[in-house]
Amino acid sequence: MAWFRKEKKPKEPTEKQVAIPEGLWLKCDECKEIVYRKEVEQNLSVCPKCGYHFRVGGRDRFQMLFDDGAYKEFATNIRSGDPLEFRDTKRYRDRLKVYEQRVGRGDAVLCAEGKLDGLNVVICAMEYDFMGGSMGSVVGEKVTVAIERCIDKREPLIIVSSSGGARMQEGILSLMQMAKISAALSQLAAACLPFISVLTDPTTGGVTASFAMLGDLNIAEPKALICFAGPRVIEQTIRQTLPEGFQRAEFLVEHGMVDLITPRADMKATLARFLHQFLNK
Amino acid sequence: MSADAAFEEPLLRLRRQIEELSAQESEPARQVEIDELREKLSKLSKEIYSNLTPWQKTLVARHPQRPYTLDYIAALFEDFTEVHGDRKFADDAALVAGFGRFHGQPCAIIGHQKGRNTKEKVIRNFGQPRPEGFRKALRVMKLAEKFNLPIFTLVDTQGAYPGLDAEERGQAEAIAVNLREMAALKVPVIVTIIGEGGSGGALAIGVGDRVIMLEHAVYSVISPEGCAAILWKNSAAAPEAAAAMKITAQDLKKIGVIDEIVSEPPGGAHSDPQQTVMLLDPFLERALHELQKIKPAQLPEERYKKFRKMGHYEK
Repeated sequence: MAWFRKEKKPKEPTEKQVAIPEGLWLKCDECKEIVYRKEVEQNLSVCPKCGYHFRVGGRDRFQMLFDDGAYKEFATNIRSGDPLEFRDTKRYRDRLKVYEQRVGRGDAVLCAEGKLDGLNVVICAMEYDFMGGSMGSVVGEKVTVAIERCIDKREPLIIVSSSGGARMQEGILSLMQMAKISAALSQLAAACLPFISVLTDPTTGGVTASFAMLGDLNIAEPKALICFAGPRVIEQTIRQTLPEGFQRAEFLVEHGMVDLITPRADMKATLARFLHQFLNK
Repeated sequence: MSADAAFEEPLLRLRRQIEELSAQESEPARQVEIDELREKLSKLSKEIYSNLTPWQKTLVARHPQRPYTLDYIAALFEDFTEVHGDRKFADDAALVAGFGRFHGQPCAIIGHQKGRNTKEKVIRNFGQPRPEGFRKALRVMKLAEKFNLPIFTLVDTQGAYPGLDAEERGQAEAIAVNLREMAALKVPVIVTIIGEGGSGGALAIGVGDRVIMLEHAVYSVISPEGCAAILWKNSAAAPEAAAAMKITAQDLKKIGVIDEIVSEPPGGAHSDPQQTVMLLDPFLERALHELQKIKPAQLPEERYKKFRKMGHYEK
């Protein structure tokens, strides 16, 4: 036996690209090819080489889904009040300010109303860039307001999810948003109005374990990570590395949890088809 | 108990002393000594247990001698018969469900179950349900609704099981469906958090008309260790995380997430399980009595209003 053993290098965490960085060129996370940024943007933020779906913000979603990119946002004036006066290594209040400046004042979800293929619809689109799309009181309230609007105006609902789960900085109140939104969805279901859940990379934790899995249809973007407990947590539990493709959209279709996978380019047409059929129009 | 629970040490020492003395031949002088020690124990218990930090409460909530769901069921409900399976895949021993009577009133009872010894712990999967557990719970709740029976749930879990098989079978979907369906139940739902209220796994049987919590139970969106690991990048910061997240019954009552706090015996529920049960009983009885006055069709509406209000934001 050798006296000295080579120390194993700790595994480097695989950094996921959050948004398309500034600059003329960018490297695709998936195929590692250098691609022209404009080309990616014109291609709905999908890599022209390998079809990798980059994460996109709420307003980009609205542009892709509403007719002529025309829509009206609502519930725009709801902000987090730091109910627990939470502080870890930084104050939650200060973190919020940073994200508001960097991403916008809509917290981790934007709600809008407009026409999709001629139908009046409400769309909520999550903003992963805002604190990892985490769900706190504001996300809970905005989505609930959106559901209530659907019931009021008898319009279908689409929620595009992208979230790391519940927002720890709001403690139990974040957990309660799962109950609140699910209760509102039960009313939407009783009103026989369609709700289509669009799951994009990543949809995890409390968001998956509430509204994201409750769609009349659950439609995922290709290769999106969709799970309750994240891969790292599971690896710690079972002390094994997970198989390739575990918890990806394709895996969820195979296991009966998602209805279908739809590439971004076909998403609007797919939603329109189902909604017209469900509404018998 | 782990080294973290050093606050219990003086009490354990006193109890050991009392036990030792009691084991000896009885003699008036010794009896006086025992009585004095008992007095001291009771005073010290009260003192220590009325000043627990959130992290200490977490340890009390996880105490290996703390009464578990089946202990409450045995003491509070008559004619209990457990039923098994979700009719889809399997039975899950981490979550027990069945029917019985509460003060004569037929009802459904559902709760997480932890194990006492190693073998039981494995069978009960440390009280962490898989999807089939949540689906069994919902099946029993729907049955209760069909026969117009009230539902009592007892919450005591670290959380839903984060394992490969649980994910494959739709852990998230199972929890989500329970949240939606519980909101619509047309029978009274009375939730009691008896130990650990761990995140989605707790909430999946926690959407009730009344949420009651034991004095030293905790209820949180993530475990203090988990929160510390993510936000402090160090799970040793769990005590700080426990304090920051506001997980105690006292804090949760203030922010309106729970309705009632049930006092525990001076040294915590584990010091006197019998008395703990007796203290909880009137709370359940009153909640049931109040809810039975509400028309069944009105219950989901009231429940919606209750959860609709939760959250804190500025407009």
